[in-house]
Amino acid sequence: MASTTQSAGHYYLPAPSKWPITAASAVLCLGFGAAFAVNQMMLGYVLLALGVAIFAFMLFGWFGAVAHESESGLHNERVDTSFRWGMSWFIFSEVMFFAAFFGALFYVRVFSVPWLADIEQKLLWPGFAGTWPTAGPGFEGEFSPIAAWGLPAINTLLLLTSGVTVTLAHWALKENKRGALIGWLAATIALGVTFLFVQIHEYGHAYSELNLKLSTGVFGSTFYMLTGFHGFHVTVGCIMLSVILGRSIAGHFKPEHHFGFEGVAWYWHFVDVVWLLLFILVYWL
Amino acid sequence: MSVKIFRAAAGLATVVLSAGAQAAFELNFQTPVSKVGERVYDLHTVILLICFVIFIAVFGTLLYSVFAHRKSKGHVAAQFHENTTVEVLWTIIPFVILVLIAWPATTTLLAMRDTAEPDVTVKVTGYQWEWAYDYLKGEGEGISFLSNLATPHDQIYGTAAKGEHYLREVNNPLVVPVGKKIRILTTANDVIHSWFVPELFVKQDANPGFIRDTWFRAEKEGTFRGQCAELCGKDHGFMPIVVEVVSPEKYSAWVAEQKKKMAGLADDPGKRATEAGEAVAPADIKTARR
Amino acid sequence: MSAVLDTPGHHEHADRPTGITRWLTTTNHKDIGTMYLWFSFTMFIVGGIMALIIRTELFTPGIQVVDPDRFNALTTYHGLIMVFGAIMPAFVGFANWLIPMQIGAPDMAFPRMNNLSFWLLPPAALLLITAQFVPGGGAGVGWTMYPPLTVQAPMAMDLTIFAIHILGMSSIMGSINIITTVFNMRAPGMGMMRIPMFCWTWVITAFLLLAVMPVLAGAVTMTLTDRHFGTSFFNAAGGGDPVLYQHVFWFFGHPEVYIIAIPAFGVISQIIPAFARKPLFGYTSMVYATASIAVLSFLVWAHHMFTVGMPVEAQLYFMYATVLIAVPTGVKVFNWVATAWRGSLSFETPMLFALGFLFLFTIGGFTGLVLAIVPIDVQLHDTYYVVAHFHYVMVAGALFSAFGAIYFWLPKWTGKMYDERLGKLHFWLSFIFFNVAFFVQHFLGLAGMPRRIPDYAPQFAEFNMISSIGAWGFGLAQVLLLYIVVKTIRSGKPAEQRQWDGADGLEWTHLPTPAPYHSFETPPVLK
Ligand code: HEA
Ligand code: HEA
Ligand code: CUA
Ligand SMILES: [Cu+2]
Repeated sequence: MASTTQSAGHYYLPAPSKWPITAASAVLCLGFGAAFAVNQMMLGYVLLALGVAIFAFMLFGWFGAVAHESESGLHNERVDTSFRWGMSWFIFSEVMFFAAFFGALFYVRVFSVPWLADIEQKLLWPGFAGTWPTAGPGFEGEFSPIAAWGLPAINTLLLLTSGVTVTLAHWALKENKRGALIGWLAATIALGVTFLFVQIHEYGHAYSELNLKLSTGVFGSTFYMLTGFHGFHVTVGCIMLSVILGRSIAGHFKPEHHFGFEGVAWYWHFVDVVWLLLFILVYWL
Repeated sequence: MSVKIFRAAAGLATVVLSAGAQAAFELNFQTPVSKVGERVYDLHTVILLICFVIFIAVFGTLLYSVFAHRKSKGHVAAQFHENTTVEVLWTIIPFVILVLIAWPATTTLLAMRDTAEPDVTVKVTGYQWEWAYDYLKGEGEGISFLSNLATPHDQIYGTAAKGEHYLREVNNPLVVPVGKKIRILTTANDVIHSWFVPELFVKQDANPGFIRDTWFRAEKEGTFRGQCAELCGKDHGFMPIVVEVVSPEKYSAWVAEQKKKMAGLADDPGKRATEAGEAVAPADIKTARR
Repeated sequence: MSAVLDTPGHHEHADRPTGITRWLTTTNHKDIGTMYLWFSFTMFIVGGIMALIIRTELFTPGIQVVDPDRFNALTTYHGLIMVFGAIMPAFVGFANWLIPMQIGAPDMAFPRMNNLSFWLLPPAALLLITAQFVPGGGAGVGWTMYPPLTVQAPMAMDLTIFAIHILGMSSIMGSINIITTVFNMRAPGMGMMRIPMFCWTWVITAFLLLAVMPVLAGAVTMTLTDRHFGTSFFNAAGGGDPVLYQHVFWFFGHPEVYIIAIPAFGVISQIIPAFARKPLFGYTSMVYATASIAVLSFLVWAHHMFTVGMPVEAQLYFMYATVLIAVPTGVKVFNWVATAWRGSLSFETPMLFALGFLFLFTIGGFTGLVLAIVPIDVQLHDTYYVVAHFHYVMVAGALFSAFGAIYFWLPKWTGKMYDERLGKLHFWLSFIFFNVAFFVQHFLGLAGMPRRIPDYAPQFAEFNMISSIGAWGFGLAQVLLLYIVVKTIRSGKPAEQRQWDGADGLEWTHLPTPAPYHSFETPPVLK
């Protein structure tokens, strides 16, 4: 340790660590597990479970180590700036991931569906009108989309509010009001979890009453993939917020040094913005 | 020198390929048989020349430097590392060249994409791994048949000598009249295929569930051979296309003959006749897609 | 803590694990760089052997060594493994080794994550290799993985999809690390416009990777759900479109080819000045040109799809945008030539590879330009002309540049000098056989031979035979590379601190040879 721990003003370089290779082994299990599982092979589920377990173990260990280093004052300003850059670029890459699916939605609405209804394609798909929402010319049966101004609007409100509460928590932290910090964080998590419950309820409703399924043509595909990946991100966000809450309760973070908190808050805002886009582009328009 | 290498390799090739290898060292596009094809051919020649000239200029300079500015000759390095004038120049000049290229490219493209007012319209459907042709409009309307690789298995696996048109021969070629505008509608039944005939300068992907089009007007009678140009699975390499361009009279005769055959199958709707008479018909597209 | 001048093997951190644990747990950029490079070389051999099987099958018409399904799988995994397993990791390896040394940093910004981004690669490689042996065989869908063929493909496809997810994660982490390191860890006084070109090219590449790897992940995820969960992204009956995949893929795919090319440009921009003993000509315009290439690369993707039947306006737009890339790339080529101009040139192996790069990459660029012209591309698309084009830019381009980098920095890494005579031999063999293998493919493409076919019509026989001979020659020439590197490590003569008198990076001027374990424990002082 001594040789890699730099004196003040120097950049903190962690000593050799077993966590990355642990993470890689988890990913190895997850990769093979997922590939086998989608082919209904028993081995796949086993590997998936193993992968998840190793991954969870790794997360505790690795993030625990980082939190510990942070609290021991090893992260100077330089390191802090690195974290900021790192988190920003990570969120940028997440934005691009969602962009792929938003792009797909854009493409089907603006190009492929109208094309399928154009005069040339009458040879193949006579009688297809090409109006949105649609499950495509080959889809038999009826389905209805979820109305924007019902629960989705409430969900929008929930998430927007949670964006406010996390900011309030941040202000509290900056003023070193621990109680308020913990309170607002807890509120944020509660809002996020409520959002998730509403979302699950919506899915159930869509599946059982609206005949809107993942397999409901391209509408179902884009709807569930976009909202599903968003929901997954909310889940991850809630977990991260809970960790931050735990650390806050344990007395971590200082008014002038708390990137762990800020990184999660950034992430939360990102999830928020994605939802706004979803609300407008998927539910409303 | 390179000619010698070619000859040597050609000799080697003839030995190995004992049967039917005409040493065909084609260095350029196949001779186009359509007006559009000729334009593409010329466009390519022009662009190649431009690239060649730039190449000579750039690497002439570099080669001069390589020979004249050697350390081993005691050349001392100059230390300049900027010159705004040349930097601006060598940004603008290539740009101008590109604009000059863009002009003929655009007009050729517009001509290529103009599928209006065809004389004959044929729908081409790609299947794994055969083509189906349906004459939709114009003389021959209603004709439809499947076109399959005619090369025997034995030739492919080396147990028989390879024929002259090895892999580029089919049981039922597409027959079209010379000098007429033929519009090709492409689609596919399973995966993406691509309808490609080099001498006609036509290539159009066949996307399942969509119809896309292209066209050609052959100026010359003859048999033109191509093959599927989009990876479509195991037998992607064995999905040839043969287009027979014939005189209008011959074409009419062919249409009449086909019509007669079709009539024999009339009470069997939705089926396609093959030359052999057995009606092999993949299910209709709509049903197969679901 | 003293400065950096500790000799290797001495008083170095007794607490550092040794043996295999060292490599599994290391947080050191040099160790990680080394692992990247060896991994990359291994994958190069795997992908190369696949290429040789392909070329052997194509030696004469007829099916001889592999059946068509296997052939398609070989083509697919050759492409995937070379791109994701060989070339990209090679340049990440160089980045790891060089960036901290070149900007005066002690290490990368996130050393542990750095380790993870490397160790994600072996699982991905395992998935790709296992895919060959699962029931149904490898997925013969092409490295571009177009649906609906991928929807039909056997389970190997799923292994491939998850491999790509993992490769994407690795690239994203690697990129975050690189970009953060360059932004945040430069020595005092080293402004962004003073960092070596190699660092600049990597910043830009990292940005490209961050922007497009997630998009590729999206594309293959949609493929996965279309395969197993009943979605209709690429199915017309459900309102989707197979061509949608192509748009998403090429939105990734075109920037990807610059991800491969741009770090190579960076290497060339280091080597030519060193052997011309003259500063890089037009540093500023190089930076701007590279950045413009990166920006333009997001705007041209559909030039890979000119035959799908898109509206003519779209074809025109994508043609114009594509040819524009010739301008900034031209600027780079001209700048390199101007760097050599009136220099004091010498021709050690790295320089030979750099000049070989320049010469052959430009040919590849010109054929790219030919392909960008829609009417011509309609004829050449999916023929061997395209195969020739991209091997010129990727093998003679990126790979030659990587070879150059190995020879250039090997002395700094190992402290030993390679055998110059053998190095030159390696260059000439590679150069000649490369052209034998790939130049003739232009003619095949012009004559209309499609790519991805295991068997072909007799009129293509002669050139295919020549190409196969060249491929074998080129492949065997790489045995020499392996020999040279191993020989250098084992018994090379000691190298000097500044092995190349024209090289002026911090790694040459401020660090001993071989470079110490921690590059700059105290930041160097720059004037
Ligand atoms: C390193 C990788 C790399 C690089 C750098 C490039 C560079 C370029 N590529 Fe290439 N390309 C690929 C890798 C690469 N490509 C791959 C892998 C494929 C196939 C993928 C697949 O289908 O599997 C492909 C396919 C491909 C296609 C599709 C072909 C088809 O499938 O139909 C096209 C079409 O436009 C194209 C164009 C270009 C252009 C215009 C450039 C330009 O960037 C080139 C610019 C350079 C120059 C022009 C030379 C130097 C310039 C001068 C000296 C200045 C003066 C010049 C003039 C004014 C002319 N490429
Ligand atoms: C940067 C990437 C890269 C690299 C380096 C290469 C390297 C080579 N590639 Fe290619 N190639 C691609 C990327 C690359 N390729 C891509 C993306 C495709 C498209 C795939 C698709 O269509 O989906 C493709 C497709 C492709 C095809 C077309 C296949 C088809 O359409 O069916 C061919 C055919 O000739 C080919 C040949 C070669 C050869 C001979 C080499 C040689 O340069 C390889 C030489 C290297 C070695 C041989 C390994 C090193 C050897 C040793 C260390 C010695 C020990 C080994 C022995 C000699 C036994 N490649
Ligand atoms: Cu059909 Cu390839
Ligand atoms: Cu491209």
